[in-house]
Amino acid sequence: MYVAVKGGEKAIAAAHELLAKERRGDPAVPEISSAQISEQLSLGVDRVMSEGSLYDRELAALAIKQARGDLIEAIFLVRAYRTTLPRFGYSQPLDTSNMAVRRRISATFKDLPGGQILGPTFDYTHRLIDPSPSAALPSEPVTGLDPGPADPIPHVATLLRSDGLIEANADHDDSKPVGDLTREPLSFPASRDLRLQSLARGDEGFLLALGYSTQRGYARTHPFVGELRMGEVDVEIAPEELGFAVPLGRITLTECEMVNQFKGTAEHPPEFTRGYGLIFGQSERKAMAMALVDRSLRARELGEELKAPSQDEEFVLSHADNVQATGFVEHLKLPHYVDFQAELILLRQLRREHTEAMAQKDAGTSPAIEPKAAAE
Amino acid sequence: MTGAADQMANEVAQRTTLLRICSEATDLELANALQALGDLPAMTEIRPPEVGLTMLRGRMGGDGPPFNLGEATVTRAAVRLGTGVTGMSYLLGRRPEAARTAARIDALGQLSAYRPLIDELLVQPVGNRLSSERLIERAEAASTKVDFFTLVRGEDQPP
Repeated sequence: MYVAVKGGEKAIAAAHELLAKERRGDPAVPEISSAQISEQLSLGVDRVMSEGSLYDRELAALAIKQARGDLIEAIFLVRAYRTTLPRFGYSQPLDTSNMAVRRRISATFKDLPGGQILGPTFDYTHRLIDPSPSAALPSEPVTGLDPGPADPIPHVATLLRSDGLIEANADHDDSKPVGDLTREPLSFPASRDLRLQSLARGDEGFLLALGYSTQRGYARTHPFVGELRMGEVDVEIAPEELGFAVPLGRITLTECEMVNQFKGTAEHPPEFTRGYGLIFGQSERKAMAMALVDRSLRARELGEELKAPSQDEEFVLSHADNVQATGFVEHLKLPHYVDFQAELILLRQLRREHTEAMAQKDAGTSPAIEPKAAAE
Repeated sequence: MTGAADQMANEVAQRTTLLRICSEATDLELANALQALGDLPAMTEIRPPEVGLTMLRGRMGGDGPPFNLGEATVTRAAVRLGTGVTGMSYLLGRRPEAARTAARIDALGQLSAYRPLIDELLVQPVGNRLSSERLIERAEAASTKVDFFTLVRGEDQPP
């Protein structure tokens, strides 16, 4: 129960001033710019774009600065900002098979068309703190290496699909309506389009833990990284007034296709099943976690026994959003004075009754404890 | 009939090329190109630059049915020439000035008197910059491509 309380304005204003001072830190240290955040803390920016569910690097960098590096607070700021803007419509579906790939690996095939491209990765680093990480900068840009023609790199799943070894994606009829949880609140059971939308904006830590739980045996799915790719994809929109699709620019995406253990029926020979992850920016951990959880949430569709948290879509989707979660957890800081008064009154009454019951027991008048007392 | 359809398709392709270049040009490249065009015909702003959102869609498994991935900020603008030709722009990000300039360039690009000049001042130089940047990106990625080789197995070695 909330009751309007007045007062505290001066304290609040002073607290905000103090916050601004703390945000700036030691004035002798140069102030950081949002361009520096965007360029040099780029994976933090990617996380804010992905969980803020808004692709805008400058805005995400600004939010990180304002939030003093608290990424969930920054995500909250981005989500609040997006509610102030009108919606211009939906893009054409992004074509990740035409991605300008900067990183692409497969854990299922060593040799595959397009090759294993490591790109900018922390993998294979020693995880030793380096006091001057910029010292490893190459003195000259990469030149003289002919990268070959800019042919699209085929998806690994397409290769498996051509042998019929992996399930086909559902046929796409683009005229069917696509669920949008920013327009209508989530209800259950949720179809896969809504589940993927929810996972794409879900908290990385939550999805990571759930994905990890499936590996540890809570609804095991035997996953392999069929493919992980990162790079730039063109965005197009087909405005009604124009009648044809126009390019808007490029965005960076990370895509993960998990290949999971087989499923077959009397009619269908066994084939690998799939889990899918697609994330704004470079975020492999989250793309992989998303693909694990997507696969796990397909349990009902694939006729699997429902026994683990990662298969429970209501549990997963209701708790994946860190803005909702932080809102409800942090609201506990708000005044609950009246609620608490009621609890106090109740507790005092219970204690009074307890004391009275004890007094009666000591007097040997309580019938409830008589047999036990007699046994002693 | 086919001739008219071909001409339509060609016009759309020409316009798409220019809009793609506008979407990847910097604010400065757009402003410089417009200024270099010299005196411009009168244009009315039928849609002043407006920042909004576009919901970006992905496909399940890369090639399956669409789903809503998340939104992006987009700026749009539209202008009309005295002749009735309209120009418009949609750009990723919050870029009101660039969107206004791009809409003007799109309108002028539909006039045969301006298009060759726009190609020379904007499409070619920005296209060249983009291709050299992309070439470097691809070369950098290619430098991290793994060359596997099989080690000689122990039991195959002479004793």
